[in-house]
Amino acid sequence: MIEIRDVEKSFENKVVLRGVDLDVYDGEKLVIIGRSGCGKSVLLKLIMNLLHPDKGYILVNDIAIKKVGQVDLFNLRKQFGFLFQNAALFDSMTVAENICLPLVEHTKLSKSQMMDKVAEKLELVGLPGIENLKPAELSGGMRKRVGLARAIVMDPNYILYDEPTTGLDPIMAANIDKLIIELSDKLNITSIVVTHDMQSVSKVADRVVMLHNGRMIFSGNVSELKSTDNEVVRQFVNGEAEGPIQPKPHKY
Amino acid sequence: MTSFVSALGRRTINFVSETGSVFILFYKSIRYLKQLWASRSLVFSQMLEIGVNSIPLVLFVGVFAGAVASVQTAYQLKGYISYNYLGAATSVAIFIELGPVLTALVIAGRVGASIAAEIGTMKVTEQIDALESLAIDPIRYLAMPRIFSGFIMIPLLTVFADFIGIMGAYAVAWINLDLPPETFFGSVKEFFSILNVMSGLIKAFFFGGVTAIIGCYVGFATDGGAEGVGKSTIRAFVLSSAMILLNDYILSVLLF
Repeated sequence: MIEIRDVEKSFENKVVLRGVDLDVYDGEKLVIIGRSGCGKSVLLKLIMNLLHPDKGYILVNDIAIKKVGQVDLFNLRKQFGFLFQNAALFDSMTVAENICLPLVEHTKLSKSQMMDKVAEKLELVGLPGIENLKPAELSGGMRKRVGLARAIVMDPNYILYDEPTTGLDPIMAANIDKLIIELSDKLNITSIVVTHDMQSVSKVADRVVMLHNGRMIFSGNVSELKSTDNEVVRQFVNGEAEGPIQPKPHKY
Repeated sequence: MTSFVSALGRRTINFVSETGSVFILFYKSIRYLKQLWASRSLVFSQMLEIGVNSIPLVLFVGVFAGAVASVQTAYQLKGYISYNYLGAATSVAIFIELGPVLTALVIAGRVGASIAAEIGTMKVTEQIDALESLAIDPIRYLAMPRIFSGFIMIPLLTVFADFIGIMGAYAVAWINLDLPPETFFGSVKEFFSILNVMSGLIKAFFFGGVTAIIGCYVGFATDGGAEGVGKSTIRAFVLSSAMILLNDYILSVLLF
């Protein structure tokens, strides 16, 4: 379980999060929605301790991630997979080397066992046989799926998805959604998905939270999201130009 | 006046803070030396990149540096001292100054800037975050192999530069002055001191380390996308070159 308590985060003079409280329960598929720049991706990086909160704390399985030493932090991170917005594949490595890297660094598997694992994960994300390609040779959707294969190669307990369907065609986006659901259901992985894609929200989410102006303004399931009285949430969900949300990004 | 003092204060604080960060990066990298054997493939690939792949450039610079040293020394000896001492004069200059300094400056351009660009690109494309999310410390994975290779490979490149520099110097002496090899190399041998060679290699050791540390530091501090990477590349080269010359002065005072 992940517990986020009163987390605040600023970058220079820009306040991004103003006291977020959120629990993520084991096995659930939590989707975080909100406008660009509202702090969704920052929240994911805070959970991984890639960024540090200015105030508040985050507990992962009752361990305060901010306070642990480097060895314990890395042991905690091994329980996570992180799919970055642009996949963040290592350009100098092949697909197989990208996916293998955590195995090389953290396990004593033989080379053939590693390659079996790479093939298994590539099969799972629907890209068998591309082990020897370089990231530059892949399309955006393929890069995301390779990034996902790398994120799940250590069989993590939690997967954090940063806008997994952004920039993909609808069919590819639907495939990624299906993959998120399959991974979560088959392997009982806890998933936190950050997205703007309302189709994806409808398909994937067990629970949806919305961030706005640095605060959490909604938490509920998909039907509650669609029937909410909150005008801000309604405007965002329906994608309307008129409403309480300003057309320009909010100036903090 | 107030704004000037405030700007000066801000710059001083930045300078002290950045210098501290460079030393912290160096200290953290040194701590990972105990994992050197486990990281040997990373280290060897950096040795190849920093050292072996720089050999052609170092040889090119070395041969012409030696040739110019020979021409200049011959010009200064003309009419005062016999050309028989040309080999001794040029070889000492190559061993203690030209070999290590020119090699290090070339490496600052080729390697220091490329380290900053590579790590900087990884930073702005979230590849450094990806390493951390995979529970891999970027300092062990990226910085330690580069810094270690910088310390080790620049002295080795300097040995190549010294050798080819003397060959370049002799080529000029032979072509321009018709100096026989036994005279040129006889005087090199007569005035040869292992201390001169060692002091040059000690300098090269520090220059290599400084270049790699600055390249890594500047790379990790990159932000602002492609423009930021471009700025980091220039910054790494300028800072490395300045630090090489500053260290050259300090080490010359200490060693001679």
